[in-house]
Amino acid sequence: MSAVPGDISAAPPCGAMSARLSYRRSRILREKVIELLLFLAALVSVFTTVAIVYVLIKESVVFFQHVPLAEFLTDTQWTPLFDDAHFGILVLLSGTLTSSAVALAIAIPLGTTIAIYLSEFAPFSVREVAKPFLELLGGVPTIIYGFFALLFVTPILQWFYPELPGFNLLSAGIVMGIMIIPYVASISEDAMRAVPMNLREGSYAMGATRYQTAIKVVVPAAFSGIASAYILGISRAVGETMILAVAAGMQPNLTFNPLEPAATITAYIVQVALGDLPHGSIGYQTIFAAGLTLLLFTLACNIAGHVLRKSFREAY
Amino acid sequence: MAYAKDIAEIRALIARHKRRDHFFALLGLAALLVGVLTFTALFVDMAIDGVPRLTWDFLTNFPSRRPERAGILSAWVGSCLVMLVTAFFAVPLGVAAGVYLEEYAPKNWITDIIEINITNLAGVPSIVYGLLALGLFVYQFGLGQSILSAGLTLALLILPVVIVATRESIRSIPQGIREGAYALGGTRWQVCRDHIIPYSSAGILTGVIIGMARAIGETAPVITIGALTFIAFLPPAPLKAEAPFLSFDWVMSPFSVMPIQMFNWTSRPEAAFHQNAAAAGFVLVLMTLAMNALAIYLRYRLRKNIKW
Repeated sequence: MSAVPGDISAAPPCGAMSARLSYRRSRILREKVIELLLFLAALVSVFTTVAIVYVLIKESVVFFQHVPLAEFLTDTQWTPLFDDAHFGILVLLSGTLTSSAVALAIAIPLGTTIAIYLSEFAPFSVREVAKPFLELLGGVPTIIYGFFALLFVTPILQWFYPELPGFNLLSAGIVMGIMIIPYVASISEDAMRAVPMNLREGSYAMGATRYQTAIKVVVPAAFSGIASAYILGISRAVGETMILAVAAGMQPNLTFNPLEPAATITAYIVQVALGDLPHGSIGYQTIFAAGLTLLLFTLACNIAGHVLRKSFREAY
Repeated sequence: MAYAKDIAEIRALIARHKRRDHFFALLGLAALLVGVLTFTALFVDMAIDGVPRLTWDFLTNFPSRRPERAGILSAWVGSCLVMLVTAFFAVPLGVAAGVYLEEYAPKNWITDIIEINITNLAGVPSIVYGLLALGLFVYQFGLGQSILSAGLTLALLILPVVIVATRESIRSIPQGIREGAYALGGTRWQVCRDHIIPYSSAGILTGVIIGMARAIGETAPVITIGALTFIAFLPPAPLKAEAPFLSFDWVMSPFSVMPIQMFNWTSRPEAAFHQNAAAAGFVLVLMTLAMNALAIYLRYRLRKNIKW
């Protein structure tokens, strides 16, 4: 305790009274000040969101004064730094969507299988080891995964398919998928474990095996939670940067073929940031327009994921 | 559904379904094994390429055009300094916000907005934080491409992690502790300062470590604010011989960090630089793994020891 209330034994009674009153007043004041400070700290998150939206929109507005929105959405070339400048976000979006599709094709089956296994099949000891391990896998920096994709996975893929270029969406997508597995697995597993035990017991009592119970009872019951895990996985894949910047090349390329190199929205932002673009130029503004596209996409995913998760929480 | 005719048929049916059970259990293990194998391949590959380069010189040399003389001195010093700034901002802000939301916040729309914001921020791609920092810290506030800008950016990035860890930790403190403290006449802040924060400190520490492990490996936002990839000097030293002995010039210094150094080496065509990248990556992986493992261990200890 920092302060002792007015020392009654030493001071005359009247003084003690006023001392205690002023102590009370200062204590209330201090409480108010501290509450305000804590409130301001909590408000930082709101300020951050407002600042993100403000910065992205401010620069994008200038960008869209130069480039009509229709052209941004329909042009099939992305050459913002050339004399003959074209700004077709589709080109970057195709790279983002293709690599994300590859990643999800890896992460969804593997992540779901792991989740079902951990929640319904695995003995306690396996789960105790596997969960922290998955957490470690999710904690590896993405630049490390990028290095791994470029210098380990791509050579292996080239061994099977020699025409594969050194930069390609396939190996970046595969590694990205492995990176996302922990997220998909842990959120899906949480959803499955939230399914009440009675449902399983009912199923077992009817003579169903573990597999039948898992597939026909637990997974449908946890479906909205599992779906929200997939959606959060998509938003991770779309926002992933370094794996793609390292392993997929930075050439804008309108393609849906994962065997080709292509730039994604995020890789383009990195590429521009590495160069030395003057503040306020149109090239500088393109990365904010690209970032706004990215933010809107991931925001939509996140909202859909939260809505789904809410509905699964209220199911029981 | 067809009914089984006799016992033999029922036995066959059961055996078939049991087999399917075993098959799926194996499939699950195999899927887990994919993760394990990838992780092992990644680690071993990096160790084989990188460990021969890991000499004392590698840690004490500046980057160089000649791969055999290049080192990661400016990168690891930069990483440490940026982490210092990040922790300085993220820990007090995150803990304060967590305490506010658990112990103070009234149930109203402002609190709802704050909570929705925190969950949403956790899902924003890290490169968007980089754009925020580029527009706001670097140009609007004029902080430039400095250690301070990078530290602030990463602090905002890991703030949701710290806040969520703080809240979970506080929530696990039984109500009786609060009631006891209030009954003795403690004010809200006294209860928080003397009871809530100390009792939740281990859980908060876990969250902070996980957040810092994430921040130290983040590349994209730091590249976006324009960290340089080639830095052949150290920021000014924080300690000085003459009064006032402390100097904060380093926070405004240009810098590089470990992941950027690794990115730079990875994107060069020469194989010798790839070896350097592997060595830098090995150091980085060891650092993040050690931090994550520490956090997991702390959480495990916590779960075992605390019984209210």
